[in-house]
Order: sequence, then structure tokens, then C-alpha cells
Amino acid sequence: MSTVATTQIKLTPEQARPRASVRSRLQDALPKIVLAPSFAITIVFVYGFILWTIYLSFTNSKTFPSYVITGSRAYQRLWGWTFDTDPPSSWYTSITNMGIFGFLYILICLALGLFLAILLDQKIRGEGMLRPIYLYPMALSFIVTGVAWKWFLDPGLGLEQTLHQWGWTSFHFDWIKNKDFVIYTVVIAGVWQASGFIMAMFLAGLRGIDGEIMKAAQIDGATTFQLYRRIVIPLLRPIFLSAFIVLAHLAIKSYDLVVALTSGGPGGSAWLPSNFMYEYTFKRNEMAVGSASAVIMLMTIVAIIVPYLYSELREKSR
Amino acid sequence: MSAVATPARQASGGVNVKLVNRIVIYGLLALFALFYLMPLFVMLVTSFKTMDEIQNGNMLALPKAPTFDPWLKAWGETCVGLTCAGIKGYFWNSIKMVVPAVLISTMLGALNGYVLTKWRFRGATLVFGLMLFACFIPFQSVLLPMATILGSVGRFGVTLQNSIGTSFGLGNSTVNLVFVHVVYGIGFTTLFFRNYYEAFPTELVKAAQVDGASFFQIFRRIMLPNSMPIFVVTVIYQFTNIWNDFLFASAYAGTGDSMPMTVALNNVVNTSTGVVEYNVNMAAAMIAALPTLLVYVLAGRYFVRGLMAGAVKG
Repeated sequence: MSTVATTQIKLTPEQARPRASVRSRLQDALPKIVLAPSFAITIVFVYGFILWTIYLSFTNSKTFPSYVITGSRAYQRLWGWTFDTDPPSSWYTSITNMGIFGFLYILICLALGLFLAILLDQKIRGEGMLRPIYLYPMALSFIVTGVAWKWFLDPGLGLEQTLHQWGWTSFHFDWIKNKDFVIYTVVIAGVWQASGFIMAMFLAGLRGIDGEIMKAAQIDGATTFQLYRRIVIPLLRPIFLSAFIVLAHLAIKSYDLVVALTSGGPGGSAWLPSNFMYEYTFKRNEMAVGSASAVIMLMTIVAIIVPYLYSELREKSR
Repeated sequence: MSAVATPARQASGGVNVKLVNRIVIYGLLALFALFYLMPLFVMLVTSFKTMDEIQNGNMLALPKAPTFDPWLKAWGETCVGLTCAGIKGYFWNSIKMVVPAVLISTMLGALNGYVLTKWRFRGATLVFGLMLFACFIPFQSVLLPMATILGSVGRFGVTLQNSIGTSFGLGNSTVNLVFVHVVYGIGFTTLFFRNYYEAFPTELVKAAQVDGASFFQIFRRIMLPNSMPIFVVTVIYQFTNIWNDFLFASAYAGTGDSMPMTVALNNVVNTSTGVVEYNVNMAAAMIAALPTLLVYVLAGRYFVRGLMAGAVKG
């Protein structure tokens, strides 16, 4: 802050004189002029494009966009596929996987993140060394994470092979090649990548808790377990909410990890809706269906994010 | 604990319980450290092994005769699709894309944050809200229109090229990706700077205004000199995100010589022709990971702050 105090604004005499009205009006409008390009870009390339995608989802676009509205056929097909379980349709697989992946990914990241944060908060020697170790995967791209775990989970090269060499020959772990279990390997890699970050969020929250409250509870004879269950965890509620929002949003956007880790899995069995969208739009020439699936993804995010942002912004402007 | 237990025994029991607790805590922490380090460790040792050693040895063993060849091969010789000239070209593609995209989006974010906090106007919250929400949309919902627009811009570029000899970069994949990353990055950069400038004393700006300083003078002389931390945070955040991006890269530069590192790496690893050279794959993955890892090692504190700022809109 010291720099602020010492910063001097040097004014030329010319600037100190009152300006002509055109110039001063320009000065008044300048902030808005500066902000305008960014805002315009957002309106056109975010909201305009979203409307465009919604529009396309009501056409019968195949390989190329068509602009004749033909009704909600794309949605009807998706709706029909939602229950197509025998054999499962790609859409059914994608949304089921989304459910499994989203639920486990969020739950395990929250649980593991909180657990690690509580452990690290016990006045640990070497905390400064451990924290970066838990957190570094967040700096890697999903592609690198996928490549690393693909190798690690490969039955012929990775964990299974290693344990066989160590003498545990009955050990069997081929989830990555198994169409019923491949989505769980995506959960493992996803948790590996994000849980350290969630830990950091919880740790920051724990450090923000007033020490007096903890002391008072301890004097009252609360056990460590009671202390955390009754006092600390309820106090961390805002962090739970933020972490949930971050994870839900990461989960719905997950695309790269599935591609790099499983290449879609045997017969597309590891697809998430994002993969479905990409494949249908760019590879299977079903642009309308791809757009409809993108709209459904967007709506899911809107349902989660908008109430959150609204309350955050309203709170601040109060 | 029975009633006959003496205070001394109780106390010693307490010490033991405490010691056991400590051992359990440290044990668990170490175990998780292993879980997080394992994939990186395996990747690293594998990249220094010969193929012979990989096929016959243990995944976790250190290389018996460390060789740097896989790294050299990944950098200069390995095949990406049909071109066998290593990943070095794609590495530079990523650099050429990341640097301008990060600089432009950060600068715009700084200006936007400045306007939104120090030059408030009616509707500023709404404008910010709309830009903020843009950070969270699944990019699938804009992917196709953007592809269409970039396609027509590219055709226009070709026309220009044919008629006047230059396309002004229109249709160039790197230029396209810079544009896309700026467009979908300003939401976050604006958020970072807005939250930072919110806490910046408005009186200083007011005082400078009274003294007759102009909009840009205040920005340059007062705001910028005090923005170093948030610049570091934003640049790191943007660098990591853009370097690691795969969706836009594969949609708009998924083939040919202009693809960025992430797409090239995915192609290297998923090439099914010939013998799969795992050591080369791992070296390529390490090369792709190094820039962001390096940033993380050098400026981890700022990296975490950026992530937090993106998560907790406090």
C-alpha cells in the first residue's frame, strides 16, 4: 500500500484547466467505452451462440447446419433414447455415466478433501511439503492425467502386473478394459486430480475458524470427534457449497479425461454427455441431436449455477 | 479403564493414545502423498527406461540404465498422425497460442475490473453477472456456432489471400484459438480483477480525479503499480487453463500442423500403428506437463489463490 500513498499524479497545466464539453463528455463515457467491447463479445459469442445452438436443436441439421425449424424431433429422440436400455443407447450410457461419475466424483472429492484438510490441520510438521504434493495434479492437463492413469491402470503394464510380480498372482484389476466398470476409472483419475484442491479449500476454511470457539468446546469436554462433527463441520457450510459448485461444474464439463484415459471406453461405454455431444455433432453428422444434448447440459449447469451466482451477487450489492 | 486405575497409569495411557494418534495421522498423510505422487513417479521413471526394461521389469523400479533417448525421440522424431517430426512443433504452437491469449485476456480483465469497481454505472452488477455466468457455461453450447463462424472467416481469409495476397491471419488456426481463448477467458480475468479492485481504496481514485487525472492516467499510475499480485494470479490461471485446454483445440485445430500440444499428445498416445513405445509416450506427456508444473513449482501460492478466486466469489 505504501506505493499508493507515494504515487503522485503529475498534471500538466493544460490538463488542469477545465476541458471543452465534448472532451469531458467523452471522458465521462470512456469507462463504458472501455468495457463495451468485452461486454459485446460476451453477448454475441456466449449468449448469441447459446441461442444459435438452441435454434439448431430445433432443426433437422445433419452434416451441415440447416435453418428450417422442424420442431422438437431432436429432443424427442433423446427422450426416447433415455429409456433405451436394451441394448443401451449412447445417450442412455452417457447420462447414466454422468450420474455415476458426478455422484461419486463430488462425494469422494468432498469427503477426501475434508478428511485430508482435518488431518493437515493437526499441527503437522512438514505441512508445507505435503500440501503441494496433494495439490499439484490440479496443474496438469486432463490429457496428461489420462495418459498417466491409463498406463497405471493397464492390466498388462500397470498395477496388476506389478502386484503379480510381487507374488500376488490372483490380483485382478481390469476395470479400464471392462465396459461395466470403465467409468469408475474416470472417477479415480478425476478424484486424483481435483481432491487436493478441495482439500486446500477446506483447509483455508478451517484456518478461518475462530480458535476461541474450539477452545471453549474443548473446555466443555467435547471429544475431538464431537468437536468436528458438531462445531467445525457446520461452520464449514459455505465451503461445502463452493466446493460443490466447483465440482459439479467440473463434472458436467468433463470431456478430455474420458478421451485421454479411455478413448471413450469399449463401445463408447465411458462416454459422458460432453463426449456424446462432440461425437454426434462432429463425427456422426447428427448436428441437431448434438445441439439438443448441449442445450440439456447447459440447462443442468444453469439450474446449479444461477441460484448460486444470484445469491452471491445480491449479497454483495447489499 | 477400571476404578482401580491409578492417576499415573491414566496419564501414561493418555501419552500412548496421543502417540498412536500421531503415528496414525502421519501414516495416513504419507499414504495419501504416495497416492498423489505415484502416477507422476511412474510416468517419470518409465520415460527414462528402454522398451526392453519396460516389458520385462517392474513399473515401480528405478531405471537400471537411465536413458534420455525417449525424451529426444518424443521431442524430435515421434509420429503425430502421419508426420514424424516429434512434438516440438506442437509445443511451439502452444506457446504461440498461449502467450498472446494470456496477455490480451489479462489486460482486458484488468480494464474491465477497473471500470466495474471504480467507475460504477447503473446496471454494472448486471453486466458483471452476465460476464460471470459466461465462465460457467459448458463450452459445448457454443462449440458449433463458433466452428461455423471460424469456418466462414477462414473462407474469407482464403478469398483475401487470393485477391490481395494476404489473409491478415484470418483462418489461421493459432489466431483462431487465441481469439476463442480471449473470448471465453475474459469472464474469469474480469472476475479476478474486479474482486481485487473492490478492496482497493476508492478514495485514492476520487482524489486523483479531483486533481484532474484522466481515466487512463489513474489506471496507469495508481491501479497498475498496485496490481502485481493479481496480475501474477491471473496470468498463471490463464496460462494453465489455456495450455491445458483440449476441447477447443481439438474442435478448431484438431488436425494438421497447427494443433496445440494437448491434441498432439493425445494423438501420439493413441496412435495404434506399429509398436507402442510407452517410454516415448511418457516422455511426451512429461514434456506437455512441464510448463504448467514449472509454473506450479515456482509460483504455487499464486496458482492456488487463482483457483480459490475462481471458486469462492467472495
